[in-house]
Amino acid sequence: MGLDFSVVPKFLDIILLGVLWTIGITAGAAILSFFGGIFFAVIALYTHWIIRLPFRLFEWLFMGTPLLLQLFLIYFGLVQVGIDLPAFVAGVIGLGLHFAVYNSELIQTAIVAVDRGQMEAARTLGLSRGQALRKVVVPQAVRDVIPPIGNNMIALLKDSALVSVIGVSELTLSAQRAIGRTYRPFEFYVVAAAFYYVINLGMEWVLRRIERRIQAAR
Amino acid sequence: MTDEKPFLDIRNAKKSYGKLEVLKDISLRVNRGQIVAIIGPSGSGKSTLLRAINDLDPLTAGEVWLEDVQINKKLPHRQYEKHINQVRQNIGMVFQHFNLFPHLSVRENVTLAPKMLKGLSDDEAEELAREQLEKVGMIDRIDYYPSRLSGGQKQRVAIARALAMKPKVMLFDEATSALDPELVEEVNLVMKKLAEEHMTMVIVTHEMGFAESVCDRVLFMDQGVVVEEGPPEKIFRNPDNERTQNFLRKHLANANR
Repeated sequence: MGLDFSVVPKFLDIILLGVLWTIGITAGAAILSFFGGIFFAVIALYTHWIIRLPFRLFEWLFMGTPLLLQLFLIYFGLVQVGIDLPAFVAGVIGLGLHFAVYNSELIQTAIVAVDRGQMEAARTLGLSRGQALRKVVVPQAVRDVIPPIGNNMIALLKDSALVSVIGVSELTLSAQRAIGRTYRPFEFYVVAAAFYYVINLGMEWVLRRIERRIQAAR
Repeated sequence: MTDEKPFLDIRNAKKSYGKLEVLKDISLRVNRGQIVAIIGPSGSGKSTLLRAINDLDPLTAGEVWLEDVQINKKLPHRQYEKHINQVRQNIGMVFQHFNLFPHLSVRENVTLAPKMLKGLSDDEAEELAREQLEKVGMIDRIDYYPSRLSGGQKQRVAIARALAMKPKVMLFDEATSALDPELVEEVNLVMKKLAEEHMTMVIVTHEMGFAESVCDRVLFMDQGVVVEEGPPEKIFRNPDNERTQNFLRKHLANANR
């Protein structure tokens, strides 16, 4: 049985819908992981250990266990305690928090690396520590880690395929559905791979633009 | 003159790190509009004393007063933070390494604190930024980012940033020490201008010539004590203390090398 890509156009609408879901879930999780990362980093560096402790446990959970398991836990597990999330929301939260923990590590290192004189200068003007962090220290730290955070975001895009297991009709699941109807796995997986690649290129383009804008402000 | 109430008053300042005493019972009174220079070898405690004024390096013992407010009041943490943030708005500080905010433009560096703390509108902030940058001769760089400025230009912006809070006192912590020699003068000129406007200033410096030409009073510090103080012509031309003489001789020798 040879390859036959002529079946693909008939299922293009399903595939393209899958592309949209993948972009949606990646964008949602990327935004959550970015701001979540900043939030966790500030908690880890600047709060009392009583506040820090639950976040440490949380961090351990998200770094030390498989993402797949985390998604199951959020989607299927939380129902038992009365939290019934739509699959898309569960996927965004799972992916977002997972990568927030990784981003937090990067941002913490960058915050510590910001020159002490920056905080001093801000405090000398009368800013509180919180104001100085928000306006002076954290923005600089975030600028420094945009490239590695970008790498995390590319990984996030690829890991978004995992949310197919909780039933979000993103690109991988859409390809599987098309395969189920046509028994042509090779063709549809190649098509899905091509679309992932294109989304990837788009993301890299956006990241490069952000980096360039930051460079201009140096 | 002598019975004038001091504007800035440091009373019996002591500071130690473990067993090491960096400040050993120092008192300093500065009247409104006075300009005081603190000179001395490195490690003498002069920067520590300056940084104690706005409680950046809190004293172990002693009091610092600005007019009728004690700066280093002992208060519960939250109240202290509120108090010190208020007090610091009145005390401008300029650092050796400028500490401009590199992610903000010159304009934003100057307007950040006034906008956040005094609730200035965009228009008011713009006017303030122009006024202060005009004063330090940096108005034509208002849209630049700090990375594109020379050291002297950075320091002038840093001075404008401090002035934008309309402080009652300005503290200079070796403001020209990190500058290439040919850039020192432009910063000194700005400081002279402030002197002519009768800004109260405390200046930690290695620039003896500058100290002599602008200051009303000079303190020579060594090993945590004020060894000698007086008017500049006295300290620089005819010091009583042997340590002061030695320090100035060495300094002069270095300067002429």
